Amino acid sequence: MLAETSVKTMEKVVIRFSGDSGDGMQLVGNIFTNVSAGLGNEVSTFPDYPAEIRAPQGSLGGVSGFQVSVGTDVHTPGDKCDVLVAMNPAALKQNVRHLKHGGVIIADVDSFKASDLEKAKFTTDDPFAELGLNKDNVLLVPVTTLTKAALADSGLDNKAVTKCRNFLALGLVCWLFDRPMDSVDHFIKKKFARKPAIYEANSKVLRAGYDYGANSHASVSTYRIETKEARKGIYTDINGNTATAWGLIMASEKSGRPLFLGSYPITPATDILHELAKRKDLGVKAVQMEDEIAGVCSAIGASFAGNLAVTSTSGPGLALKSEGIGLAVMAELPLVIIDVQRGGPSTGLPTKTEQTDLLQALYGRNGESPVAVVAPASPTDCFKMAFEAARIAIEHMTPVILLTDAFIGNGSSAWRIPEAEEYPAIVPPYVTEEQLEGGWQPYERCEENKVRYWAIPGTKGATHRLGGLEKDYNTGALSNDPENHEKMIETRREKIARIANDIPELEVIGSGDAEVLLLGWGGTYGHLRTAATELCRQGIKTDFAQLRYINPLPANTGDVLSRYKKVIVAELNTGMLADYLQARFPKTEIARINKIQGQPFLVEEVAEAVKQLID
Amino acid sequence: MQETKYTAADYKSDQPVRWCPGCGDHAILNSLHKTMATLGVAPEKTAVISGIGCSSRLPYYMNTYGFHTIHGRAAAVATGFKLGNPEMTVWQISGDGDSLAIGGNHFIHAVRRNIDINILIFNNKIYGLTKGQYSPTSDRGFVSKSSPYGTTEDPFIPAELVFGARGNFFGRSIDVELATTQEVLLAAARHKGTSVCEILQNCVIYNNGIHSPITDREYRADRTIHLVHGEKMLFGKDKRRGLVQDGFLLKAVDLDKDPYTIDDVLVHDAHTASNFLHQQLAMMDGRDLPLAVGVIRDVESVTYDEAVEEQVREVQAAHGFDSLRSMILSGDTWEVK
Repeated sequence: MLAETSVKTMEKVVIRFSGDSGDGMQLVGNIFTNVSAGLGNEVSTFPDYPAEIRAPQGSLGGVSGFQVSVGTDVHTPGDKCDVLVAMNPAALKQNVRHLKHGGVIIADVDSFKASDLEKAKFTTDDPFAELGLNKDNVLLVPVTTLTKAALADSGLDNKAVTKCRNFLALGLVCWLFDRPMDSVDHFIKKKFARKPAIYEANSKVLRAGYDYGANSHASVSTYRIETKEARKGIYTDINGNTATAWGLIMASEKSGRPLFLGSYPITPATDILHELAKRKDLGVKAVQMEDEIAGVCSAIGASFAGNLAVTSTSGPGLALKSEGIGLAVMAELPLVIIDVQRGGPSTGLPTKTEQTDLLQALYGRNGESPVAVVAPASPTDCFKMAFEAARIAIEHMTPVILLTDAFIGNGSSAWRIPEAEEYPAIVPPYVTEEQLEGGWQPYERCEENKVRYWAIPGTKGATHRLGGLEKDYNTGALSNDPENHEKMIETRREKIARIANDIPELEVIGSGDAEVLLLGWGGTYGHLRTAATELCRQGIKTDFAQLRYINPLPANTGDVLSRYKKVIVAELNTGMLADYLQARFPKTEIARINKIQGQPFLVEEVAEAVKQLID
Repeated sequence: MQETKYTAADYKSDQPVRWCPGCGDHAILNSLHKTMATLGVAPEKTAVISGIGCSSRLPYYMNTYGFHTIHGRAAAVATGFKLGNPEMTVWQISGDGDSLAIGGNHFIHAVRRNIDINILIFNNKIYGLTKGQYSPTSDRGFVSKSSPYGTTEDPFIPAELVFGARGNFFGRSIDVELATTQEVLLAAARHKGTSVCEILQNCVIYNNGIHSPITDREYRADRTIHLVHGEKMLFGKDKRRGLVQDGFLLKAVDLDKDPYTIDDVLVHDAHTASNFLHQQLAMMDGRDLPLAVGVIRDVESVTYDEAVEEQVREVQAAHGFDSLRSMILSGDTWEVK
């Protein structure tokens, strides 16, 4: 493919930047993404980084990758990449399995010396042959030498110069995919606004990379990536964790309740704490507590005090918060719990993605303690569903667990910034003056949705006591009465069940006359949707739906499932949603596609698995 | 004293009090109702937050906002509550097990942050609600249902933890000493920041008389000392015994027998920033030196809730936004026309 001299037009292209975790691959990957999104491409990214902060340089354990897909109809970062940038032999070795057959490798030849090969555990002096790669597809570029040459007069020391290598690679990739240099430069300038010398250096190196491509490889074909007419508006690039944080802020604006986050650092959820800690500029109070339990308990305290209260964590932290969530169930206070799922059990795979906390979210508490559970489908959907979690929590006076995952939490895509009017007002069920005058009791409920009323501390005439002990249905006083306990259990269950009247129906994408429904939940949306499209393209009629509301399920879920001969539930666990659905809809024939490798689905593997299941 | 607008009855709920007859908690509850009336903060501006244990039932007996939470976590709940609604006066009730065993982490961090809450530890050196196991304040060798041969561990001294966590307020009282308890609680409420009040409480069922060697009427005058800021450290029936400095340590002297005069007796300074002497005073255990009651340390310092509020104001003044949208638009964006 390198022999042709042409401009190829592609619907979408997947690029993977890989190098040492200190090589700045995430940064150049992000800049490439932003520039592409700015050109009107759809983008989807997947940062794949190691759990170790700084593994030994050049080692296999220290490789950090950033994959981005740009083009049209982009719903995933792509199964495999068209272009792999490998800054050293370790990066090549770790990432070659993510390269498409016939894909192009750009490698820094300066980093392929004997000692580098040894660190990456190559046994011969020809790593490409050792990996079975066709050398015609390898672009060996003296990245380090070119970087040094570009900065010969810069006055920077050797270490600072070497740090700019990533921008040489970025320049090359920008040439290959025809990205406008001034737009790239703009992002670098912004990123290094406070370090003008570093900006100058990176900018120079970027151009050197671009020029090297244009001058030395004029024979290589470059690509034009297609764009589709996007909806008008102002856009930004956003990852799922930031979108989650912003969705909560929108909910705070729409409910008039101050936003409080009680949290504790945990991978891969900490970025939510980081973002909300910055947002003191919007009046947000985000506190780093002494542990996970204090995170949820401080949020429960803030909720009782009248705040939109949130705690953010990942699986192990959710386990620690269980008892606290049970208290919020009993006290019937609004609370949003964010679980950015990662590989488990125990410490598991902290930086990798899984959907294995579903049952923990649904059932992981003592006693009958139902909570609402929702799950966003994509990085940008985190905004919408964080807002929804807060809306349900406040309007239904309940804890709501938002199940995102490492894949959508860290992944990003272009996002149209919504106008405030696009989101509905959130109406807290405040206790009214009339109720207070008429002898209000703290567990009095709205008959329609079983929601108790919210009296904000400080309100005169509304002093009341909440707590974890069972309460009398009528008076809210402590009660050990057996019938009352059962009635309260039933009431709390019914309160959650009736949220189904307040959420959208499950939508099906497809012809509607297929016999097979591919069904998923949460962050696997992009891969499953693309797989369904691919199957239809191959003539295998497959409808597709993604559950974003899991407890309660959308009211039409049973109807939807009953329309298909076979429902195939695909999820990144051993079948948690499938079991949950099978228990509710025993007549539906449910087949399963499961993967638990800490990695997202591949479109191709899902499509293949569906084919086998319907054979 | 400020004008009293409220009476103790204004802070009492209509719920029947369910502690055992003779339990020290009744006296503390009474003292708290009276203190609140003296303090004069409206019931609706007051919140009482507790953990789990006998003492933690207390919020149900208050006509204020109240929250009976889960075991050990009241300090964390109270921290979030105060941050979420800084205008409320917050009391956090717990026992020795609740605050120093399962809740030890939240306790020390609340004290370290100096969040403006009043923490009351009802210390009876026993788990009462689970019917008699030793607690983290039980003395070494203490025999209980879970230590039938005596414990093999040393206890926490609550005050020592408070000072270790850089606490700025520590007071101590005895359940039946209503006046001292009210004095300590009132000072705690008026102190800005985390105020820790240890109240020696008698569990009449499972640990009856645990504090008697110190608190019984016949010994109390000689085995306790009531510290008052600005006053001489005197004790004994006729106030003829006093505390003097002995090198870096304290010594109890008899002004009628020992070669010391009243001028040698130390004056209590609860407001001095150094906690060196406060710690020595708080560690006195009623054996060689009298157990100290009253306000032992009361030092003003910036509170966590105020610091958070102040930072929000500063950040908003310097580069605040009026809406989420304007904040987002200030970052990297592009327009599709």
